[in-house]
Amino acid sequence: MNGPNVIETQDLTKVYGEQVAVDHLNININQGEVFGFLGPNGAGKTTTLLMLLGLSEPTSGKARVCGFDPTREALKVKRLVGYLPENVGFYDDMNAVQNLLYISRLNGIPDDLASIKIKELLKVVDLEVDPRKKVGEYSRGMRQRLGIAEVLIKDPQAVFLDEPTLGLDPDGSLQMLDLIRSLSQDKKITVFFSSHLLDQVQKISHRVGIMIKGQMVAVGRIEDLAKEKLGVGPEKYTLEEVYMKYFKEGLL
Amino acid sequence: MKGLITICRKELADHFSSTRFILLFYLILMVSLVTAFIVGSGLRDELKDVAKPTFVFLMLFTSPGKLFSLIQFIAIFGPLLGIVLGFDAVNRERSARTLSKLVSQPIYRDSVINGKFLAGLITISIMLVSIVLIISGLGLLLIGVVPGPEEISRLFIYLVISIFYIAFWLGISILFSVGFRSVATSALAAIACWIFFSFFVAMGASVMADAISPVDQARASINPELLIKHEQTRKIISLVSPMTLYSEATTIILDPLRKTTQSILLMGPMERLSISRFQSPLPLSESVYIVFPHLISLMAITLVCFAISYTVFMRQEVRST
Repeated sequence: MNGPNVIETQDLTKVYGEQVAVDHLNININQGEVFGFLGPNGAGKTTTLLMLLGLSEPTSGKARVCGFDPTREALKVKRLVGYLPENVGFYDDMNAVQNLLYISRLNGIPDDLASIKIKELLKVVDLEVDPRKKVGEYSRGMRQRLGIAEVLIKDPQAVFLDEPTLGLDPDGSLQMLDLIRSLSQDKKITVFFSSHLLDQVQKISHRVGIMIKGQMVAVGRIEDLAKEKLGVGPEKYTLEEVYMKYFKEGLL
Repeated sequence: MKGLITICRKELADHFSSTRFILLFYLILMVSLVTAFIVGSGLRDELKDVAKPTFVFLMLFTSPGKLFSLIQFIAIFGPLLGIVLGFDAVNRERSARTLSKLVSQPIYRDSVINGKFLAGLITISIMLVSIVLIISGLGLLLIGVVPGPEEISRLFIYLVISIFYIAFWLGISILFSVGFRSVATSALAAIACWIFFSFFVAMGASVMADAISPVDQARASINPELLIKHEQTRKIISLVSPMTLYSEATTIILDPLRKTTQSILLMGPMERLSISRFQSPLPLSESVYIVFPHLISLMAITLVCFAISYTVFMRQEVRST
């Protein structure tokens, strides 16, 4: 697990007017790691993701993603990092293959190579494609899987997933979690994902970070956090208990 | 560059397959054909057994058949085309949540808005060129006169001006689509702008001219300067409207006999004599010279509009929510 750092931040801060959205954030994430990013709504998780992608400029502090500065070399970062926004949107009047082809063209992948890749990826995310069916008719689960395929088409080194399992049925979430796990294990892709579903985070994350009101209050392996906060050994806790403990302290 | 081309290609495909574009295209095509047919058959009847005047071919576009001439029609309804192509360019992507995905791809952010503008421009050009070609063909059949090189160059300049004029409206509607979150709001705002500039400015201009430089009949007969002043004020105000700019520019370009954009001329007897002696048409370069300020202003407002939407778009925060 101890590859080079794929994501590094140094006192990364974002201020909107009076409000501090992200406050001196320092994290290091290794290659191939699955990092669960937790926190209540409005804690600054999405803002952090946007800054790491170069879509939003930090007020102060530095970040390096895959060895590049997202503010100055946004294009290089975007070439190596896939981002799945929360409630991702598609061009509803096109079918899945057309949607994927558009994204692959934007990534500068030649069409013949892209069509091979698209076929593979649709198999990977387990999406059966009826070419007559427009994406607008897709169910929530299918859209989410298509979103993952779109993220993977550029062969990313790291993927940022914002609430990837939100609104999926139990079976769909399990498949999604398996997929995320296999990305990290088989392809050594770093996965940085935010979620509110703590049992799922516990299942797949190597480490978690808890952000409250823009501050990272805890980073580490779940066992270590549990030992520190609850004083119990392995297998005697759930992430939920740990999280609630931090959450209540963080609000004080 | 690659991103720009990809986005432009997709937008073009979207335009040509969208129902609203097809509807509007057929509407404009139909009206143009009908007008051209009426004007063409009218000309044919009038010109029977008479020596054909020079530039008879251009009359196809300028003479008002039963209702209006073709250039008046484009002046009034061309803006709608620009608006239809642009009013939801950016905010549709925002509300479909595809914008945040689009800008997280490895493309420059300005490719998004440039690609959309370029695609609109290409669509407008294709449409106008094909309409002018169709009408020319119909005209050839009806009046049987082949256009000379000067007529063709005048038509070409007319096309360029028209493309810029409609591109101005495309720019305005893209600007609204960047500024307003809701598609309905941006469409209404663009249409309100169109109505204001195309109809109200012309009406308001005479009212304001009355207020600024009033004319009363008793004094006007002694001092015609008053009338001229009134007319000039009205004109300056109405030039605020791009439609006035466009109509004046295109009538001069397409009608070589017109020598000025003024509607009232104050002439002494000698001037009147000299004007009646030299009724020959203006050379192309002179016509262009007369409307040069109009052309520059049209291009300038188009570019300013686009520049504003560009800046606003580049500074906007991208949030998926």
